[in-house]
Amino acid sequence: MKKNSVLFNLLLIALVLIGLIVLNLYLDNYKIKIINLCGIYAILGLGMNLINGFTGLFSLGHAGFMAIGAYTVAILTMPLEAKEMNYYMKPMVPFLLNLNLPFIFALIMGGIMAAIFGFLIGAPVLKLTDDYLAIATLGFSEIIRIVFINMQSITNGSLGLKGIPQMNNKFIADIFGVSPKINLLWTWGIAILTIVFMKFLMKGSYGKAFKAIREDEIAARSMGINLFKHKVMSFTIGSFLAGIGGGLLAVHLGTIDPALFKFALTFNILLIVVLGGMGNINGTAIAAIVITVAMEALRFLDEPLNFGFFTTPALPGLRMVVFSLALMVIVIFKKDGFMKSALEKVRGKYAKN
Amino acid sequence: MNMSMQEFLQHMTNGISLGSLYALIAIGYTMVYGILRLINFAHGDIFMLGVYLTFYGILFTPIPWYIVFILAPVLTGLLGLLLERLAYKPLRGSPRITILISAIGASFLLQNLGILVFGGRPKAFPTPVILDRVLNIRGVSVAIVNFIIPVVTVVLLIGLNFFIQKTRTGMAMRALSKDYEAASLMGININGIISVTFFIGSFLAAMGGIMWGIKYPQLMPHMGVLPGLKCFIAAVIGGIGDITGAVLGGFILGLGEILLIAFLPELTGYRDAFAFILLIIILLVKPTGLMGEKIAEKV
Repeated sequence: MKKNSVLFNLLLIALVLIGLIVLNLYLDNYKIKIINLCGIYAILGLGMNLINGFTGLFSLGHAGFMAIGAYTVAILTMPLEAKEMNYYMKPMVPFLLNLNLPFIFALIMGGIMAAIFGFLIGAPVLKLTDDYLAIATLGFSEIIRIVFINMQSITNGSLGLKGIPQMNNKFIADIFGVSPKINLLWTWGIAILTIVFMKFLMKGSYGKAFKAIREDEIAARSMGINLFKHKVMSFTIGSFLAGIGGGLLAVHLGTIDPALFKFALTFNILLIVVLGGMGNINGTAIAAIVITVAMEALRFLDEPLNFGFFTTPALPGLRMVVFSLALMVIVIFKKDGFMKSALEKVRGKYAKN
Repeated sequence: MNMSMQEFLQHMTNGISLGSLYALIAIGYTMVYGILRLINFAHGDIFMLGVYLTFYGILFTPIPWYIVFILAPVLTGLLGLLLERLAYKPLRGSPRITILISAIGASFLLQNLGILVFGGRPKAFPTPVILDRVLNIRGVSVAIVNFIIPVVTVVLLIGLNFFIQKTRTGMAMRALSKDYEAASLMGININGIISVTFFIGSFLAAMGGIMWGIKYPQLMPHMGVLPGLKCFIAAVIGGIGDITGAVLGGFILGLGEILLIAFLPELTGYRDAFAFILLIIILLVKPTGLMGEKIAEKV
């Protein structure tokens, strides 16, 4: 990498961070929440892209790993009183009841827990290929969800957990004399770290091995790449990112329950990965923002539409119809995603190869 | 574990009828996979469409119910055919992952269209009075559907077997699933055969759906997801691509599920996990399924 481009990238990151701090101070809470969600989806999308896009393992188990991360963070950060309020059906295990960690450690624990499960699940399942792998990982994610529903003394079952502590930007807000709001820096700081990490990972030998496996497993194996090791590694890192994203999502929402982590959640992330382009880091980050904003902006579709001369009744479901159609249209008409082909067109104008 | 003979027989009939339903739906997965090597993720939602079509046919048209029970599956079959034309045909020859993503998109599209058109609130299936009875044979009380379901399933299976073994179309189907390219070189109309496959699969799914509606009379746009996944699992257990295997897998899954909660009631909460655990065990021990042939890796 040239020195100039390193400097340029650092400058860009600094600019983004300053921009985020400013946005954090002056936007209203609703908009901040959406920006926050964009960051979370960027992390989740990158995690899935590492597994699906870069390594070519079609995994549909993202929601399960997110659930592990989310529950770990929630259980570790909730204060004693909040826990006692939540667990009224069945008391919590005493060991966990009194456990309380600072947010950052809880988040890392969430990622590590998800990674451990990713490793344990990945090691046997990654022998499978294509659609079998997809179904097996989907199965595991469902099993995790069902286990969470049934482990009442740890996860509070289908009642879910309410009152997960939020992170605010009191420290910075006090300096500027503005009332504190939800903190954007956590999510976006981690999102930027993830992007940088992914860039380095993909430049290095591991990234090249991942891509080689995606292109042709047999050729990669005959070049001396340890298939199993690299597949499990990619899957574990992806699960770690899913756990981190899940933990941030838990804090963002403040309330989690097992029904949240159904297959529909994996579908949203898959939509981001497909739109951003399989194996495209920048594309994924941009697609995460586009999809999240669009999901919010198109909420009006579910409500009664006023065309001036007539008003349609409320149409719940229309928004998701649009998104599922979008996924199919993208896949059918642009087989590698929008961003990639658009970028290639631009690049093709100015340079050869 | 103390269980009287009566109770045991009750659970058995229940399990057999559930297994028959799983078998019927699993056939659709297995036939499509046999020819296109594609998991038709939207199959469970086609099943849902079949149930809803029957619901509207009975309640909102003057057609008698026994004709609706034939008409709705035929319509559903046509819808399945349409789905193939729109969502899968444009992607033929693309990487399998791409087609799978399209299938997932189609599945979500159908579910959300279901919410949009049918409404998200659960509806009650209008079971004809004749079918809504409980028989009592020597202390074993069995809902009459639990007898009808296996009988209808067996009749449909015999018909399907005849079709596949004795007709020219059936022969073409078998040829396509053995060797796609060689079959196409022999002048088989591939698109036609694939359409027929989707029609039959969706028809059987809707037939299963109607009986499902009688057995579990609650209709929801998401009702197809879990049975869909389980029936796919049934197809994998039996060896995907093999029709006998799909039927076998369906019965193993249905009976296993019912007997699990009958003998170990404390595991009731894990009922839906049972199928997935079975799937993972099968995939790890014998990935080609019980009836599947071993495929050597080609380099």
